[in-house]
Amino acid sequence: MSETITIDPVTRLEGHGKITIQLNGQGEVEDAHFHVTQVRGFEKFSEGRPFYEMPSLMARICGICPVSHLIASAKACEAIMSVRIPHTAAQLRRMMNLAQMVQSHALSFFYLASPDLLLGMESDPAARHIFGVVAAKPELARAGIALRRFGQHIIELLGNKRIHPGWVVPGGVTEPLAPAKRDEILKMIPEAYANIGLALGAYKQIAESFAAEANVFANFPSLFLGLINEDESVEFTDGTLRLIDSHGEIVEDGITATRFTEVIGEAVEPYSYTKFAYYKPLGYPQGSYRVGPLARLNIAKSMGTPLADVELLAFKQLSSGPVWSSFHYHHARLVDMLYGIEKIEQILTDPLILDKHVRATAGVNRLEGAGQAEAPRGTLNHHYKVDENGLITWANLVIATGQNNNAMNKGVLQAARHYVKDGKFSEGVLNRVEAVIRTFDPCLSCSTHAFGQMPLVLSLLSQEGQVVDQVIR
Amino acid sequence: MSKLKLATVWLDGCSGCHMSILDMDERLLDIAEFVDIVYSPIVDTKEYPEYVDIALVEGAVASVDDEKKIKKIRAHSKLLVAMGDCAVAGNVPSMRNPIGPQAILERAYIENASFQQQIPCVVVPQLLHKVRPIHEFVKVDVFLPGCPPSADTFHTALMALVTGEPLDVPALTRFGA
Repeated sequence: MSETITIDPVTRLEGHGKITIQLNGQGEVEDAHFHVTQVRGFEKFSEGRPFYEMPSLMARICGICPVSHLIASAKACEAIMSVRIPHTAAQLRRMMNLAQMVQSHALSFFYLASPDLLLGMESDPAARHIFGVVAAKPELARAGIALRRFGQHIIELLGNKRIHPGWVVPGGVTEPLAPAKRDEILKMIPEAYANIGLALGAYKQIAESFAAEANVFANFPSLFLGLINEDESVEFTDGTLRLIDSHGEIVEDGITATRFTEVIGEAVEPYSYTKFAYYKPLGYPQGSYRVGPLARLNIAKSMGTPLADVELLAFKQLSSGPVWSSFHYHHARLVDMLYGIEKIEQILTDPLILDKHVRATAGVNRLEGAGQAEAPRGTLNHHYKVDENGLITWANLVIATGQNNNAMNKGVLQAARHYVKDGKFSEGVLNRVEAVIRTFDPCLSCSTHAFGQMPLVLSLLSQEGQVVDQVIR
Repeated sequence: MSKLKLATVWLDGCSGCHMSILDMDERLLDIAEFVDIVYSPIVDTKEYPEYVDIALVEGAVASVDDEKKIKKIRAHSKLLVAMGDCAVAGNVPSMRNPIGPQAILERAYIENASFQQQIPCVVVPQLLHKVRPIHEFVKVDVFLPGCPPSADTFHTALMALVTGEPLDVPALTRFGA
């Protein structure tokens, strides 16, 4: 008789998700799905709000990467205002976005994934958490806590608040950087270098022991999408998007925020509140692609900072072309962090960084605008329409997790097929299936900006409580 | 003395309150001297434990799953803390209340989708007609407003709850803080 294994909730994940694995009568894995089970509705309830409220409202989509939402949203508003923001404002925002990337990656790598990597996929689940890592590897755990603090403290220094700072606004930022704050950030940099060095060293020592996982953790060809600069270096805040195929050939280049929805569509599957993004010319699901650290490093020719460039070179040795296995998101995340620290240091040496002119003003000059940025976990696009009074009439958001949704589902199936044999599975096996999702660092807060209806589900249960039949309408 | 059992739960919110808990940074390790985190998005427990001393709940109640969870949490927790403005008053998630589900649903999965336009309905939980704060479903012992409450607020409040010292919430935080 067929059976469904349910993992509920998927833990050490930023959000509400379940995994179901369907077994056939022989105990073989037939199919597997990752279900995102929360929905909210920002695309609709933002209607009627003044456009300049959007950044601080949209930040509430996500407490982990609010800065990326603030920036993508402010850029969409600036397209509506038709203004170019002052250079210093752009640099300060870039710094805040990088600080957020460092803190979010520290959360993903140390707080959520490192228990699997440092304590073992099959270690005691009761101690498989950050406090278990603190007990077993105190130096590394403290490095992780410090790296997250580094990013969050920079956000607080710039925006006066660690989570949901109101500092990023349409037209720029509300307050210039004070010299004392610049000096405080500069003082934090050496410790951050030491900590990321420790993490990269430790990761490289253990990475080989996960070769088997790397082989089945969403290891397949796909398209990759990410922001780059004109010189083909990695970018998080400006630049344009490039889409490459699984061999590294450019499929589409120079994608601006406005053109994004011309080339990217979103499909709906009945089993998840998160949509599935795809490249329109190839259709769904053939046009599915991946975003985030792995995609960014596969696309960029350089990081544009000396230490991270050395690490990028080492990363690219993992494969002759783009790196396919999602397990290597972990490695890519650490390279991203090193780049973030270097780039923040560079930005602080900009002679104009303390300039007081940090905000442009304008009213409604166009009735439509789009903005994009890299969230830590991948590309983010906000697209708004307004009426002549600047009230929102329509909004569409495409977030990173939707763009990785197809790969996460395929990855869960690939790992389940490999690890679940003859219908038998242990806690450690199920943890490995969850660990596939953790490599992507999905943000389910972000992906649940959409909204669902009230479905009617009738289930016929056997005496043991198993679902025998189900009718959905 | 055995450690107190602490749970942290995320209902319909943005995770900002959980991030603010993590913003205690190294002070988290001090808190861990007093409590064991027995259920939380950052540990691997799948079932809510039989007994919890302190439950910190983020987010409003928006789906049938959330409603089931908050009732279970109440039944198995000695002290229930509504953390953050969503849990305390509904906040941003409740902005959907005046609109009604149908229009919102069509925007997300029909109008703003380009393929297989349909309403997800398999495994995903049914939504409640209105998003409501926790105290409309169960008794709440402590309200900690803020969007999110700061890490200092969490540290002071948790130390007070753990040691039994008095807790002066208005001195620590406010709505929108």
